[in-house]
Amino acid sequence: MSKMFKKFEFFLFLVIVALIVFFAFSTENFFTWENLLDLLISYSFLGIMAAGMLVVLISGGIDLSFTAIATVAQYIMAITIIDYSGNLFSAFLVAGIIGIVLGGTNAFLIYYLKAPAMIITIATLNLFYGFTIFITRGKWIYNFPDWFNQSHNVFSFTAADGTYYGIPLPVILLVLVFILTYIILNYTMLGRKIFAMGGNIEAARRAGFNILGLTIFVYSYIGFLSGIGSVGQVLILHSVQPNAIVGRELEVIAATVLGGASLAGGAGSVLGTAMGVALLAIVWNGLIIMGVSSYWHKLIIGLIIICSVGINAYNRKRKA
Amino acid sequence: MLNNNDNNLFNIRSIYQKDPTLSILVIALLFIILLLFVFFPGKVLTANNFESMAFQLPELGILSLAIMITMLSGGINLSIIATANMAGIVSAFIMTRMITESMTGSPIPIILLAILAGWLVSVLIGIFNGVLIAYIGVSPILATLGTMTLVGGISILVTKGYVVSGFPEEYQYIGNGIFLGIPIPFLIFLGLAILVSILLRRTPFGIANYLIGSNETATRFSGINVNRTLVITYALSGLLCGIASTIMISRFNSAKAGYASSYLLITILISVLGGVDPYGGFGRISGLVLALFILQLVSSTFNFLGLSAHLTIAIWGLLLLITIGLRNIKSTSI
Repeated sequence: MSKMFKKFEFFLFLVIVALIVFFAFSTENFFTWENLLDLLISYSFLGIMAAGMLVVLISGGIDLSFTAIATVAQYIMAITIIDYSGNLFSAFLVAGIIGIVLGGTNAFLIYYLKAPAMIITIATLNLFYGFTIFITRGKWIYNFPDWFNQSHNVFSFTAADGTYYGIPLPVILLVLVFILTYIILNYTMLGRKIFAMGGNIEAARRAGFNILGLTIFVYSYIGFLSGIGSVGQVLILHSVQPNAIVGRELEVIAATVLGGASLAGGAGSVLGTAMGVALLAIVWNGLIIMGVSSYWHKLIIGLIIICSVGINAYNRKRKA
Repeated sequence: MLNNNDNNLFNIRSIYQKDPTLSILVIALLFIILLLFVFFPGKVLTANNFESMAFQLPELGILSLAIMITMLSGGINLSIIATANMAGIVSAFIMTRMITESMTGSPIPIILLAILAGWLVSVLIGIFNGVLIAYIGVSPILATLGTMTLVGGISILVTKGYVVSGFPEEYQYIGNGIFLGIPIPFLIFLGLAILVSILLRRTPFGIANYLIGSNETATRFSGINVNRTLVITYALSGLLCGIASTIMISRFNSAKAGYASSYLLITILISVLGGVDPYGGFGRISGLVLALFILQLVSSTFNFLGLSAHLTIAIWGLLLLITIGLRNIKSTSI
């Protein structure tokens, strides 16, 4: 089993390298430090949410409401820091707590209503999002305090020639989230239990695992990541927009599935997910730089999704 | 699942025990009508409103049928809206390109060609879904999400995101005409509901579809060709989307890549409200039709009250959760 995924990950790695080589030679601007850093910044949010989605998929569930959770967290975070000020830490704290609460709500509903997670989260997606936009009237928010709008870089220094170098906070956040998810999944009892639950929930229940507790953790985790990821996104965009996030569920699921996670549960890896996000980001960015009309983008992403899920499913079916 | 002993039809209690979902839906419908009579007398339940409801409800109803048959088989078709829009765009292109001012003769052959081409495309999309799910083994959620993106992408590419509009009057009649005092879309919907109901309950295909939803492995081992049945199910689901789009673009007199995007949630809500088991295997057309009427009444009332579209969506989400919750209480206590 693990051998197959190692093979799949290797295959994915080859595709990514091939794409990078292709775009590097066919365009001038792709393989530049600025472009790659821009790419990393603009996809940090997607990557953070993909890490959360990975954990949910491994547990055998799915969450379509996390984009709504991110939007709710953004609005509440923005209103809080504008009205009560605070600092960057409190902004992340507020958004993270909102994410955990809403994710936990999902978990309780999924556990006690005994319905497919997809249907429950389609319902909560519309519930959370509809109420937020109704209450806020879908207003854009720009008037952040200055301390929030300034650029947040970590490890920044000015080189001898006067050029300023620094790694933006969202990128650091992305790396931390991937490391945290990797540790949880591979080096903790909790992570192994999540794998077991996704592999066979009934066996996990009979082995004495606390299924409710695991469900709450899994959906709170994606809620938490959506919350803090959404703050990272506000730091990049300097605004809260009602429709900046909702509708991107598919991209996140696509990236995760591209990286080898299965909707049947019990399978997936952080490395695969990171490569899935990278693949989507590189294709998207490469197409833009090559000047391919944006009308093609959705079609090409759709093709990538269908090919990857097709290959994945076919392999699994053949091995079974 | 199959309930054929229809004696004791007049014993209310036995009707309730036989089909609690249906009984609850009837009670809910009557209760809503009563409420509307008491609180908004002569406002919502007017002849005018009924007529506009009879025009609005069919496309939603047909799309609900399309998603329902896949849910009965234990799957789901998330690409229904994308399929309908693609079919509509194909029909629209044929009509707007082939029917010109200088053309002589009746446009009806071209209209028929346009409709059939739209249906053909929608069936092909359905078969594509079915093959992905049955033969390649992709989970229905992923397969249809992928198709949704791909088909939506093609629609955007060929239309560049613009509206394709301007159909002959004969075509607009399909979505706006009245026959024997009943709107034509409503007649089409009723006909389809009866047809699909017969197909599901009286044919080997329909029974196999229910069985797959109950227990796919057992169905496979009992000698039923599960793969072929699933391809037919998704092809039929696609065809229903195509028919819905024929009505939809005729009513709007235009086709576009992004029409009706809010319908996906509502069709799932109607199916679950109508008693379809989200895990597959159980559910009846009669329940779906009742749920459709209830939702249309509530939606018209919201319209009358001037409720915000976002609040309406939030309420639909809440209603879906409540419905699922009520199903659980019912299934544990009875």
